[in-house]
Amino acid sequence: MSFDFSSVFDQWPLFLHGALLTLELSVVATVAGFVIGTACALALRAGGVLGGICQVYVEAIRNTPLLVQIFLMYFGLASLGFHLSAFVVASLSLTVNVGAYTAEIMRAGLEATPAGQIEAGECLGLSHVQIYRHVLLLPAMERVYPSLASQFVLLMLASSVTSQISAEELTAAANYVQSATFRPFETFILLAALYVALSLVMRLGFAALAFVLFPRRRRLRMATA
Amino acid sequence: MSDTPIIELRDVQKSFGTLKVLDGVSFAVARGQVAVLIGRSGSGKSTALRCIDRLERIDAGEITVCGHRLADPKLELRALRQDVGIVFQSYNLFPHLTVEQNVTLAPMAVKRVPRAEARATARDVLARVGLADKAAAYPEQLSGGQQQRAAIARSLAMQPKVMLFDEVTSALDPELTAEVLRVLEQLAASGMTMVLVTHEMGFARRIADLLVFMHGGKVREMGPAGILSDPQTIELRQFVSHELAHAGQ
Amino acid sequence: MTLVPLGPNQIAFLLHGAVWTVVLSLIACLGGGALGMVVALCRVAPLRAVRAAAAVYIQAVQGTPPLVAMFLLYFGLPGLGLNVPSLLAASLALIVNVSAFLGEIWRGCIESVPRPQWEAAECLALSRTQRMLRVILPQAVRIAIPPTVGFSVQVIKNTSLASVVGFVELARAGQIVNNSVFQPFLIYLLIAAIYFAMCFPLSWLNRVLERRTGGWRRRPAALTAAIPVVSA
Repeated sequence: MSFDFSSVFDQWPLFLHGALLTLELSVVATVAGFVIGTACALALRAGGVLGGICQVYVEAIRNTPLLVQIFLMYFGLASLGFHLSAFVVASLSLTVNVGAYTAEIMRAGLEATPAGQIEAGECLGLSHVQIYRHVLLLPAMERVYPSLASQFVLLMLASSVTSQISAEELTAAANYVQSATFRPFETFILLAALYVALSLVMRLGFAALAFVLFPRRRRLRMATA
Repeated sequence: MSDTPIIELRDVQKSFGTLKVLDGVSFAVARGQVAVLIGRSGSGKSTALRCIDRLERIDAGEITVCGHRLADPKLELRALRQDVGIVFQSYNLFPHLTVEQNVTLAPMAVKRVPRAEARATARDVLARVGLADKAAAYPEQLSGGQQQRAAIARSLAMQPKVMLFDEVTSALDPELTAEVLRVLEQLAASGMTMVLVTHEMGFARRIADLLVFMHGGKVREMGPAGILSDPQTIELRQFVSHELAHAGQ
Repeated sequence: MTLVPLGPNQIAFLLHGAVWTVVLSLIACLGGGALGMVVALCRVAPLRAVRAAAAVYIQAVQGTPPLVAMFLLYFGLPGLGLNVPSLLAASLALIVNVSAFLGEIWRGCIESVPRPQWEAAECLALSRTQRMLRVILPQAVRIAIPPTVGFSVQVIKNTSLASVVGFVELARAGQIVNNSVFQPFLIYLLIAAIYFAMCFPLSWLNRVLERRTGGWRRRPAALTAAIPVVSA
């Protein structure tokens, strides 16, 4: 047996294009999923009918495979007359998926808000919006930031599943390359390495983002360094 | 009492980072002697005790315990730990085992003592600490004082030549402290070589053959319990009067 | 194309697929658990090189989507002249994936056994193996149960990826049935419901276990009631 990576490497523009689309999908789903998830977490915290609906959404998503969610959205909706492009379905399904996980993580972060913090905010005359932002959301996010970051990296890896509805991301690109080069082993080894590299890039990105988002932590770290 | 000490520290140096916690500590304990280390918190007395069981490595100097030279790179750590028993402030019983299992674990696993014999030993040492009826209990079902006595029994079951006690009553309220101190006094009376770190000055005065007063990582005064009545250094004088003031409260 | 209605035969086929989902989950959990134990122990090994190797393994596996691992084993290995049946490829990919995640989860559990417990075991002259087996692991197992149950939900869902290498488990069975009845919305909703029925009880159990801050007594309450508990 002999390895021949060169014919696979020759296809680097395809890999690059696929990797960029994977990142694009991930960024879209991360941002949109974070907004949805945070809104859900607030609804869960408030309870009521809306909270109940959010609870059902979170449990339904967290207890079913992403692959089935994607099939349901792509083939299922199409059969009901909603024809959406593969990329739209990929973005939508990943957003809906990561939104549920974000909701659960942020709910835990919000639950850990010390009692009295909100009252303190009210006594200072902060508006509702200000309390939500400064007293509830930002501290909650800071508490669960590592979990959120891991979840979003897992989301990027999970986006490989969208290749099954022929969204043109990295895994789909690799599938094309291996059928063109007949070098499946080399192709998928390279694909795995690219995903490892992408997850490292994302981790670095989240570390940098934390540096900007949480100046307090930055100062604490410097003080202890 | 034999002349060759069973524990000997010579010019021991130890730093944590830039903080020097032991700065030339030397003392020796003979077989059957009870040595008590006293001093303020941060004086280095607990660190000195932990060094004797090689829980901390020393930077310089020499420690010999039961013939084991602790600086020796070929030191048999497990042989040292068979000769030395240690009891901690926080008991550190194994929560998933009953009191009896706590006591029989090491003799059976380390010394390969048969179960029946280990259980007989356990009954014996538990009786000595007044816990004969608690063999089947789990640690969380015991009071602090009972847990600490069980921890002492666990160490005794290994039949160590030396016992170390690191502030074993500091986490206990006075009533429970008394029952643990009684066990320690019986143990001393039985001829066990002991090194204790304690804040109980009355107890230290009663039990100590050798008092070692530490301050700032150094041994400032050393001698029989009488040194407390006639301090030679201003540090010990301040320490004694401070402790007396506390005892009076 | 002649469409057949969704009848008992199709339902039976789906349930047959569900059985394979359960089997595959068990293979992944047991195999991945055994390998994960090795990974966790390597992560806390005294040798630095062993710890580093385990860390690299975890990073590499956690950075590779399980789907890609399946492609590599099922489509990649034949490129080297090694033909792997789909069940084996899917099982291996899942086992490796599970081992890295459980290895990391369990390392955390082992390290969360309080430091003084390690010290006390050391001071009783127990060997490294004895300390691990008799003192640390029994306590770590207790800590590990809730997150492990939680992760098993992840494993069940990941078995659906075996469908892409043609192994007929629940998701693949759904695709096949859909090809004959062509009611994708209904079929995939049904498939999702079956997955939900398998996963939700475990999610629920995970939450209950996490909330329960239990003590250390292993015996049932009726027995412990007989032992007088001393109030301090």
